[in-house]
Amino acid sequence: MKRTFKSFQLEEPLIFEKSSPGKSAYSLPPLDVEDTPVGEILDPEHLRDEISGFPEVSEVELISHYTRMSTWNYHVDLGMYPLGSCTMKYNPKLNERVSRIPGIGLTHPLQEDEQCQGNLEILFQLQEYLKQLTGMDDVSLQPAGGAQGELAGILMVRAYHVERERPRRFVLIPDSAHGTNPASAIMAGYEALPIPSDAQGRIDVQALAEKMTEDVACLMLTNPNTMGIFETYIEEISRIVHAKGGLIYMDGANFNALMGYARPGDMDIDVLHLNLHKTFSTPHGGGGPGSGPVACKKILSPYLPLPTVRREGETYRLDDDPPGSIGRLHAFYGNFGMVVRALCYILTCGRDGLKELSEVAVLNANYIRRGLEDHYDLPYSTPTLHEVVFTDSRQNKTGVTTLDIAKRLIDHGFHPPTTYFPLNVRGALMIEPTESYSKEELDAFIEALIAISQEAAENPEKVTAAPADAKLTRLDEVRAARHPVLRWLPDDKSS
Amino acid sequence: MRYISITPEEKKRMLEVIGVDQVEALFDTIPESVRLTQPLEIPEAASETEVLDYFRSLGEKNFSTDRWDSFLGAGAYNHFIPTLIDSVISRAEFYTCYTPYQPELSQGTLQAIFEFQTLICQLTAMEVANASLYDGASALAEAVLMALRLTKRPKILVPQSLHPNYRKVVGTYLANLDVQLADIPVVETGGMDLDHLKQSLNDDCAAVVVQSPNFFGVIEDIREITRLSQETGSLSIVVVSEALSLGLLKPPGELGADMVVGEGQSLGIPLGFGGPNLGFFATQDRYKRQMPGRLAGQTVDSQGRRGFVLTLATREQHIRREKATSNICTNQGLCALICAVFLSALGKQGLRELAEQNLKKAFYLRKLLGSSLEFSGKTFNEMVVRCDADPVEIQRRLLDDGIVGGLPLGRYFPDRADQMLVCVTEQNRLEKIERLAEILTGVEGAS
Repeated sequence: MKRTFKSFQLEEPLIFEKSSPGKSAYSLPPLDVEDTPVGEILDPEHLRDEISGFPEVSEVELISHYTRMSTWNYHVDLGMYPLGSCTMKYNPKLNERVSRIPGIGLTHPLQEDEQCQGNLEILFQLQEYLKQLTGMDDVSLQPAGGAQGELAGILMVRAYHVERERPRRFVLIPDSAHGTNPASAIMAGYEALPIPSDAQGRIDVQALAEKMTEDVACLMLTNPNTMGIFETYIEEISRIVHAKGGLIYMDGANFNALMGYARPGDMDIDVLHLNLHKTFSTPHGGGGPGSGPVACKKILSPYLPLPTVRREGETYRLDDDPPGSIGRLHAFYGNFGMVVRALCYILTCGRDGLKELSEVAVLNANYIRRGLEDHYDLPYSTPTLHEVVFTDSRQNKTGVTTLDIAKRLIDHGFHPPTTYFPLNVRGALMIEPTESYSKEELDAFIEALIAISQEAAENPEKVTAAPADAKLTRLDEVRAARHPVLRWLPDDKSS
Repeated sequence: MRYISITPEEKKRMLEVIGVDQVEALFDTIPESVRLTQPLEIPEAASETEVLDYFRSLGEKNFSTDRWDSFLGAGAYNHFIPTLIDSVISRAEFYTCYTPYQPELSQGTLQAIFEFQTLICQLTAMEVANASLYDGASALAEAVLMALRLTKRPKILVPQSLHPNYRKVVGTYLANLDVQLADIPVVETGGMDLDHLKQSLNDDCAAVVVQSPNFFGVIEDIREITRLSQETGSLSIVVVSEALSLGLLKPPGELGADMVVGEGQSLGIPLGFGGPNLGFFATQDRYKRQMPGRLAGQTVDSQGRRGFVLTLATREQHIRREKATSNICTNQGLCALICAVFLSALGKQGLRELAEQNLKKAFYLRKLLGSSLEFSGKTFNEMVVRCDADPVEIQRRLLDDGIVGGLPLGRYFPDRADQMLVCVTEQNRLEKIERLAEILTGVEGAS
């Protein structure tokens, strides 16, 4: 059965355009204290005027507004969402239910430790399980996203060097790394030095050895890297970096490939971050909230961001004291709601289940690789784990690009993979299927991409004009950037 | 394993297609020496019932606001949440999708972000707002970094009335930059010492940070603080940790602010033990290319129909890498959606009514507390109370009445160990407010 987009989508204006005076979608209890006029409590200059243009809609209109808009989104529950290095896996419903248990979700962050023992236990348990899974010695759940976890890790590296001698100047970053890596290094006061990939798609060990000096604070590597390739020479890399007194930071974005098979802690990694919204199934929410716990070896423990949770007998305590810490990254304890979901996931999957997840994620990616390698250019023949990167070089002959292939996939009923990343691969199509989807879904995806490859050869206009079946055709991104319209304004002011 | 859809037979067939005998062979690139050999110390899989029971039992150990009357605020507020919010955000179309990289398949998310950006602009009276950041504290840190980029000056003035945890987060973000953070003390109103501010301002200052209502609940003179800072060419960054106050108080944009950042948790997000929260970030149009984070913008498709895309991405890490305005990749998408739904549900009238209820209930407590109040300045829904006994002790006593009291300030300010920061919202009922006042003023002991 050919998979196509056929959905029932209604047009829907902006909430402001739908608004009319006097409507509302709320109810409040009557005021139960004496009704002092606002003017007697505050001075007139404190008070604002009515908010011009603010929405006024009924509850029914509000629900239909968002329901209609929701049908314009592709999502994980609809089908495979193969964004590489994003790990768009199934988000279990039980996680959602557990996070909404009132005793857990309706607790104030500044209650005394004795008044939130349940939530402290949740934090503590996840810390412990993440230590097990990564083979690291200590964990802080503070960072509110992957990039903040990276920043935390690099700040810890810096604190380590400062305490020993001097901060050093450079952070080495492979050319296949996420853009957040160099951006985080800069925020920590470092300069980013790129390391090229070798002919197999791994870190060029020779180049690393040449660039690794006593001015280098750390190497930031992603393992497996963004091409899905394991850094097989990790022990040699580690020796090179550590011999010069440097540290190794690992971006744990691709940890979904490793659970139960290998642990960063056993690879001489000094510090890493994990993405709970990738490996541990917390929902991506249209861009967030995520969560980026940072884990480290003992030598870096004193610098972990605050607070962490420790157990004293039967009691859990927030530890806000360590003087060496890089400090706070969040007003409270990071994205606790994501911690609850991740713990729920670990308990539900169990030891063997977690290993099976990684196993099937790698199996699925390799199955897709085999299914497509006769049709798309594979820039590296090196074996891959949980994801695979192809290019558009074969399709280019008829003028079809990665962007076109991606857009045409929409007409075939799939969300496109990550495109034009990693940057060291020209025209990259980066596919990560995850463990979640059935063989039928994988086969349909493979067939869709093969069909597009044939279309590219025989009928390229069909591909370059895609998508034809989505709610909108291709959007003019140049216009959006040249003439930014970043908010709605009432008619007379709208551009 | 119910989260996997591949049967053992299918696994076998897939391995045949791939051309290996067993699945372990796919991991051959991992050297033996770093392979995991012993099983992890993680329990066997638990059933749905067991998992639910475990988490419910943990929930019972917390003094949560469904069972206790709480007077805690200090950056996290217990407000009414309309039922319809959970219905909207429980749609998998919203919560299981990702950053809208493919706009043709993400118009729902993009339009929601565009509406959120507009609502934040309306609320703050600013010209542009981004698609959100992690929380109020990191939003402030990003604003400070932006002020440093814009002015190229080395000093930031920070009041002692700023939330202490926000202050710490700013300190973490700035730790390795050559920047000086200078404190501005508070006066007896609880507001910023303006004389001290005047003396501290010079052309080294990149920005003046002002929180209003401030950590002690006091409404600051944003207009005057902004005027003074702009006179010396430094920027004015207004922080709002209680976003509901914007439903009633004069918006910082009308008072001249260059940036308005804050915490949106009050607008429909459950307390959630402090996270996920929602950092909002608004500024003037002329500064938009220096903003951190995602931005949704309006455009048209190839047939001229209105649509939305992520835009001005040349500021961002995935394009600019080490030259980006920030390392942030997240927008707090689902929390921004919550906020947009909340503001749309309450609307023009409801937001005002809710804010007024907070003001009036808190004012009622103020009157009951009378001379026990530490500061004379006007407040919205929080206030500092001087206690005769140790506030930590008072907190314990309040538990007998089913009340989780305010925040003992000694935790952050050793010289205020006799004080408690109390918050009153629409959720606190009259009899509990009166009981709290009795115990705080020592009129009556625990009954």
